[in-house]
Amino acid sequence: MAAAIDFAEVRVRFGEREVLRGVTAALTERRVGVVGANGSGKSTLARLVNGLAVPTSGSVTVLGLDTRRHAAKIRRGVGFLFTDPDAQIVMPTVAEDVAFSLRRKGLAAAETDRRVHEVLERYGLAGHADHPAHHLSGGQKQLLALCSIMVLEPEILVMDEPTTLLDLRHSRQVAALLRDLPQQVLVVTHDLPLLEDFDRVLVLDEGRVVADGTPREAIGHYRKLMA
Amino acid sequence: MNGLTGAYVPRASPLHRLPAGAKLAGLAVACTVLVLLTSLLALGVATLVVVALYALSRVGAAAAWAQVRPVRWFAVALFAFQLLFAGPETAAATVLRVVLAVALAGLVTLTTRMSAMLAALERCLSPVRFVGLDPFRLSLLLSLTVRSVPVIAALAVRVREAQRARGVERSLRAFAVPLVVGSLRHADALGEALSARGLDD
Repeated sequence: MAAAIDFAEVRVRFGEREVLRGVTAALTERRVGVVGANGSGKSTLARLVNGLAVPTSGSVTVLGLDTRRHAAKIRRGVGFLFTDPDAQIVMPTVAEDVAFSLRRKGLAAAETDRRVHEVLERYGLAGHADHPAHHLSGGQKQLLALCSIMVLEPEILVMDEPTTLLDLRHSRQVAALLRDLPQQVLVVTHDLPLLEDFDRVLVLDEGRVVADGTPREAIGHYRKLMA
Repeated sequence: MNGLTGAYVPRASPLHRLPAGAKLAGLAVACTVLVLLTSLLALGVATLVVVALYALSRVGAAAAWAQVRPVRWFAVALFAFQLLFAGPETAAATVLRVVLAVALAGLVTLTTRMSAMLAALERCLSPVRFVGLDPFRLSLLLSLTVRSVPVIAALAVRVREAQRARGVERSLRAFAVPLVVGSLRHADALGEALSARGLDD
């Protein structure tokens, strides 16, 4: 396993509120899920992975680099999919938005076109290449956001509630895509069926990891916690 | 709003193939010529040229109408005002100039991808490097402004619906506060998304 995410005694404080209280976990599995109640610190945990948030104390190491010192470099290797795809779409049309991710790579136009077409084809959006991005359905927008990340071939993919705004069909589509991704994936979600065949699931409660194991064990613990 | 939101219509026309920079320069020249034309006959010929350019672009009548439709009431008001103070000939000439300029600008939008437009803009802005500014960031700023139009419009529709549901349709405050808060939230999320895409280094 090449990619790894390592949280070492991580604490995050926003003003008076301590959001994470000493999280320690070395994540080497290919598919890792994180569940927890609202406000339990899951989204903050996800944001720590690509340096969008930094620990108040402790450290986060991703791809062998400390996120506090190498955030820009880490972001090139870590793709991040947000809950709301509207906030991630920058360009007016589908193909242009995917191409935008490659803009600072200095690729020739033909190579950019090839990569964009290839990723749109892979995720079923090739027929929408020239469509206005804001005319897509919620599920298609989420797929577009995923395409814009996957075109950069990240080593790790972090998803913050990727199915929250999706209908059942699109949720299943995302679940199927997750199964086939070769990257290490960290998914924060309330969608428990999505995690059923994951390799490892963490349960967060009030900023602490209270369960860590197989989906069956961890989700069972989470259900008891929420009862 | 279509023109603003990048209603590029993909076609294999000669206008689509023209470089974005040439089209923007052509638009600037054409608008200057429109201002200089005074006779109705000359403006009539200009109208035929614009119609011919639209036909050449093969974008279709609906896309063409969508470009000038937003200014139709403004054109009517302008015509009435000019008719009252400057006579029928000046009124017709002024309205024709405005409508033709809008139609030409729309034609550039319809036949040019936003990315090509931004690349042309970035090239034009490259001298700003000498005063410490980044042309990429400036063109990104423009792109985000264009992209934000439909997002904020959709947010305004949602706020309006929420107002109706709560029976406070007439309150300006009940409309403005959630719209501003929602817009700021969107700006925050967009900033994070750009950072996550590695565009802050």
